[in-house]
Amino acid sequence: MNSLLPSTFSLLPSPSAFLPHHSHGFSYLASPTSFTFSNKERRCLRNDGPVETAPKFELKPPPYPLNALEPIISQETLEYHWGKHHRAYVENLNKQIAGTDLEGKSLEDIIVISYNKGDILPAFNNAAQAWNHDFFWESIKPGGGGKPSGDLLKLIERDFGSFERFIDELKIAATTQFGSGWAWLAYKDNRLDVGNAVNPLATEEDKKLVVVKSPNAVNPLVWGYYPLLTIDVWEHAYYLDFQNRRPDYISLFIDKLVSWEVVSSRLEQAKVLIAEKEKEDERKKREEEEELLTGGSRAQMYPYSDAEGIVE
Amino acid sequence: MAARALFSRKTLTSSSIIASHSRGLQTFTLPDLSYDYGALEPAISGEIMQLHHQKHHQTYITNYNKAIEQLDLALSKGDASTAVKLQSAIKFNGGGHINHSIFWKNLTPVREGGGEPPHGSLGWAIDTHFGSFEALIQKVNAEGAALQGSGWVWLGLDKELKRLVVETTGNQDPLVTKGANLVPLLGIDVWEHAYYLQYKNVRPDYLKNIWKVINWKYVSEVYEAESPQS
Repeated sequence: MNSLLPSTFSLLPSPSAFLPHHSHGFSYLASPTSFTFSNKERRCLRNDGPVETAPKFELKPPPYPLNALEPIISQETLEYHWGKHHRAYVENLNKQIAGTDLEGKSLEDIIVISYNKGDILPAFNNAAQAWNHDFFWESIKPGGGGKPSGDLLKLIERDFGSFERFIDELKIAATTQFGSGWAWLAYKDNRLDVGNAVNPLATEEDKKLVVVKSPNAVNPLVWGYYPLLTIDVWEHAYYLDFQNRRPDYISLFIDKLVSWEVVSSRLEQAKVLIAEKEKEDERKKREEEEELLTGGSRAQMYPYSDAEGIVE
Repeated sequence: MAARALFSRKTLTSSSIIASHSRGLQTFTLPDLSYDYGALEPAISGEIMQLHHQKHHQTYITNYNKAIEQLDLALSKGDASTAVKLQSAIKFNGGGHINHSIFWKNLTPVREGGGEPPHGSLGWAIDTHFGSFEALIQKVNAEGAALQGSGWVWLGLDKELKRLVVETTGNQDPLVTKGANLVPLLGIDVWEHAYYLQYKNVRPDYLKNIWKVINWKYVSEVYEAESPQS
């Protein structure tokens, strides 16, 4: 059904190459205009096989002290959520991929490869959860909340009607994710949401913001979307502070913690990546057309060859 | 409602709509526990039991009742798209009610026999299918710990193959979603809300300790009632 989505990752820059920065991911916050495409790196590593010195993924601390989100998210919650849960995902991933083909690949590549078009491989849960948590910590900040501005606000108003309606939709996604999972704001490039076909007539309007929810470790990278914001709705994210009151956690999270600056810069990065990808698509299309032209003159020879019985 | 008011018993050619309404709608209420919230300590804290029963189970019931009332209305209007839309909420909340109702009966305080291994036919069946009682516990603990996200680990009876099985289900899916012949004997809740306040991220410790309050007498009774007599 989604064969056109993950396969594009092997040819094109991963939309996630810039999010979030990892030991061998890409630090987009530090250098928002310079990012590297991962396909070259992957090609180099593929033939090397497992290397003993392959860098391991590291548990990066949240970009604020563990007590900085109080009283909404307590220090105790962060000590477990980051110090135990997130750590376990990273450590287990490192153990899991050591000596396998996945070792040395970027976290984003491991996620897409191990998602395996929905028939998930063992490394998926740890890889995606390691990524999701990095992305989550960077989505929030002490004294966050309020309202976005600029392009992000314009797109929100265009695609949801108003900021308030967007917030309603985000809250519904987060409260109705049955069981463990995540709610997301993501940017989607020119694909119609039909699941089984490529958009035949891509237009600028097809690039739009969407609210989605995902179960357990799944994230929008596996659908080829560009994630901008996430809310962790696993119970461990809020149970010590809110117990069963998930809706209260979600409201306070949105009102007081979301870092709209980070969400905005992720949107800008997504647009840059999409533009790069389109240029690359255009270049390939031109190459194919040129090849077709030269191939076309050869094809005219075939009737003669055929007549002489030169067939396979 | 307006649509329904247009019809009377006399004018309806099909009696099915009337029939479903004359049956009345069976909603659920929260079942009582046969022990105090604190009675399973130290295996499961009273605080967890109270929240789990009064808040979580109650919410599944509330939302299930709400969903079937909406379904009833949708069916009475012939509104198929609403009826289909409600299925996920019915499965999740109805499953939550089914599973928790079993779970409470699977537990009992130590002084009332909690943790005492089963004897009789269930004891034999466990030895036959799993090698030993300890081997069954190990298998359940391993599968429960490995389950990603929220869900349940079950000891079930496959009525057709006449054998015991260990299965897991995601979220609030009841055991029957893994096979029409499967009857739940024992279900262990491995949602984080079942253990987080006490065990935090260490789900394996919760699984290790819950065996101290398992009501094997109840599990045996279900097994005997469901087992085909040979």
